Amino acid sequence: MSGIFKTFPYQEYILKGNAACPGCGATLILRYVLKALGHRTILVIPACCTSVIAGPYPKTAFGVPVLHIAFAASAAAASGIVEAVEQIGMRDVNVVVWAGDGGTVDIGLQALSGAAERNHNMVYICYDNEAYMNTGIQRSGATPYGAWTTTTPTGNKNVKKDLPMIMRAHNIPYIATLNPAFPNDIYSKVKKAKEIRGFKYFHALSPCPPGWRYDSSLTVEIARMAVLTGMWILYEQEYGDFRLTGPSRNLLEKRKRKPIVEYLKLQGRFRHLNDEDIDRIQRLVDDKWEEIKELLESNKINKK
Amino acid sequence: MGEIMVRVYAPIARPTIGSVGKTGIWRSVKPVVNYDKCINCYLCWMYCPEGCINIIDDMVRIDYDYCKGCGICSNVCPVKAIEMVREE
Amino acid sequence: MSKKTILSGNHAAAYAVKLSRPDVISAYPITPQTSVIEKLSEFVENGELNARFIRVESEHSAMSAVLGAASVGARVYTATSSQGLLYMYEVCWWAAGARLPIVMGIITRAIAPPWSIWTDHNDILTLRDSGWIIMFAQDVQEVFDLTVQAFKIAEETSLPVAVGWDAFVVSHTVEPLEILSQEHVDRFLPKKKIGGHMLNFDDPFSLGNLTYPDDYMEFRYDIWKTQREALDIISNIYEEYSEISGRAYGGLLEDNMCDDADIILFMMGAASGDAIEAARLLREKGLKVGVCRLRVIRPFPAEEIAKKSERVKMIGVFDRDVSMGYSGVLATDIKSALKEYGVDVPVAEYIGGLGGRDLRVKDFLEIFEDMDKMARKGVKFSRKWIGLKEKYIGGAP
Repeated sequence: MSGIFKTFPYQEYILKGNAACPGCGATLILRYVLKALGHRTILVIPACCTSVIAGPYPKTAFGVPVLHIAFAASAAAASGIVEAVEQIGMRDVNVVVWAGDGGTVDIGLQALSGAAERNHNMVYICYDNEAYMNTGIQRSGATPYGAWTTTTPTGNKNVKKDLPMIMRAHNIPYIATLNPAFPNDIYSKVKKAKEIRGFKYFHALSPCPPGWRYDSSLTVEIARMAVLTGMWILYEQEYGDFRLTGPSRNLLEKRKRKPIVEYLKLQGRFRHLNDEDIDRIQRLVDDKWEEIKELLESNKINKK
Repeated sequence: MGEIMVRVYAPIARPTIGSVGKTGIWRSVKPVVNYDKCINCYLCWMYCPEGCINIIDDMVRIDYDYCKGCGICSNVCPVKAIEMVREE
Repeated sequence: MSKKTILSGNHAAAYAVKLSRPDVISAYPITPQTSVIEKLSEFVENGELNARFIRVESEHSAMSAVLGAASVGARVYTATSSQGLLYMYEVCWWAAGARLPIVMGIITRAIAPPWSIWTDHNDILTLRDSGWIIMFAQDVQEVFDLTVQAFKIAEETSLPVAVGWDAFVVSHTVEPLEILSQEHVDRFLPKKKIGGHMLNFDDPFSLGNLTYPDDYMEFRYDIWKTQREALDIISNIYEEYSEISGRAYGGLLEDNMCDDADIILFMMGAASGDAIEAARLLREKGLKVGVCRLRVIRPFPAEEIAKKSERVKMIGVFDRDVSMGYSGVLATDIKSALKEYGVDVPVAEYIGGLGGRDLRVKDFLEIFEDMDKMARKGVKFSRKWIGLKEKYIGGAP
């Protein structure tokens, strides 16, 4: 076997023959996460695509213990599990919330914020397919500007809620963004977080073929383009120390980023956009990068 | 004392391959590997969301019982060794 | 050695919880529950109680946290009232459906609007259909006793258990009681929760998957069946506890002068004390009345209630709650129990005391006299609201 298996375990924790759509970005990300964490992982899954992908009773597609829980409750249920596990003396357990953007950014935000503020020793991963995909592609607080969804049929008029940045105000030891086109980045970040005590937050871009309207073979290509256009920024913040990771490290200059239209044109949910919309979206991306620049500057100053 | 006095029938599910059946029947196109071109980089294995690409004797082998035909493996192969072929 | 002391109902609950050795407690403050969790926080922080206290940001999260903790095998406790219970309501059904032992104290408080912090029973009765076992205390001693027993009942049935007591009348009123020693409680309740399904790595199962119509109903049936079996389990645990504590209440129903009564009033909660006092006064006058106090509401002790009602001339039900559009919740269940067991006895329904409206001995004297009048006139049924202010009847002032 090649060297790849020295870093990436061969074992699968998501069993094939599951209910995921072909080309599902979320399942791909969870596959990497579980390889990084290993079998002593308890997943807490609220209502979301994955709670259906898990498969119907009496069968489940996951090789780790799972607590299914109500939509708004995942971070709170996980808080209970973490404290219980430590109190009753179970050692070496990863407690992981695996929630969609709806269950994180909207209905689950209160419980997430509370759990982060209490700094429980757990991992929270939001796989963001940018809408309520499980119930049929309705918009969520994480739907980007201009995107078609069934409840924004002429394009979303609001700007995407930037949840990792909200988490930065919570004083937690680790925050990172993830992207399925960069599995080594995912693996090393999750492995690093495993060793940190406290609340760890991950926000992963999860391309969705039926929801974003593209051929299922393009999931990884679209995810990669999200990073190369600067639409999705790979970063991590470790104990307040903020840094870009992966290809995002080299994209501070606008000319190095591909024009946003390279990302938008691959997806049917942006097909209806006119030039004005595309300009607006380009500006939103560029403005976000200005914020990142300021963040990196103040990070440097604080270090001095 | 302190034991469960009643037999509890709780909604407990156990890990099963093929939890919704042989998902290979979902396909309309299937990936075919050209072993002359394949360089054993295993990127297809890496990016398969289903985990249904096995490595047997160092060679990639697609599990056609479960492959849903998404086409990601073909898309990411750096040497274009995987072709998506229409199912009969 | 058990200790005689004086405590409020809420503090009695806190001591009962401490002695029951919980692993995780999680709660969100709401008047009049606050002194329960404040006392428990004190116990945890001064080292008297070795448990984790999760100060969650809402009641929905409180129930979710104890549910999560119970799913890996921890013994857990929470408490709330009124609005808090309604906020966590969805997760309460989840707790029962997942068959997890959880103990919750409900300090019963009226539901808004309008805002009220005083007692009535509508909040705890919303759990009636959920699969939760529901017990109700009359006084501070019983709050202590029921809370300790609740942990054992929960772990032996794999169902969550709610213990209710009246806001302020019991929660904040200081009464003498006897609290058991740790040795006594350890004899009664195993030190650690054992048995039942717990998430683990040797047999990594998932709890709560999507379930098709072909499979779902059997899970509901099992909860229902367990609840029916629980009638006996609870009675047995009550007996076991009374051997250790030296106190007995009589089982699922507490019988007060019912044996030779012509008229029996069924009710639950603290106001039973006033009803019992009224009954005693009337007995002195020669009226044969009794008060049968429900201690367990779910599972519903239908057979016991029907048996009590067999040889009487008339029964009454006092509800400190109402199901809008029909009648009191207890009255409705009691009438169906009578039908089920073929007991044809006249029924007088009384609704009152909502929002903490004061109930006194005088009110129960009037109720018994009303029932006596009905019995003599041969009236088979009535439904009356007690204590309504006439000037407000009929709409806006």
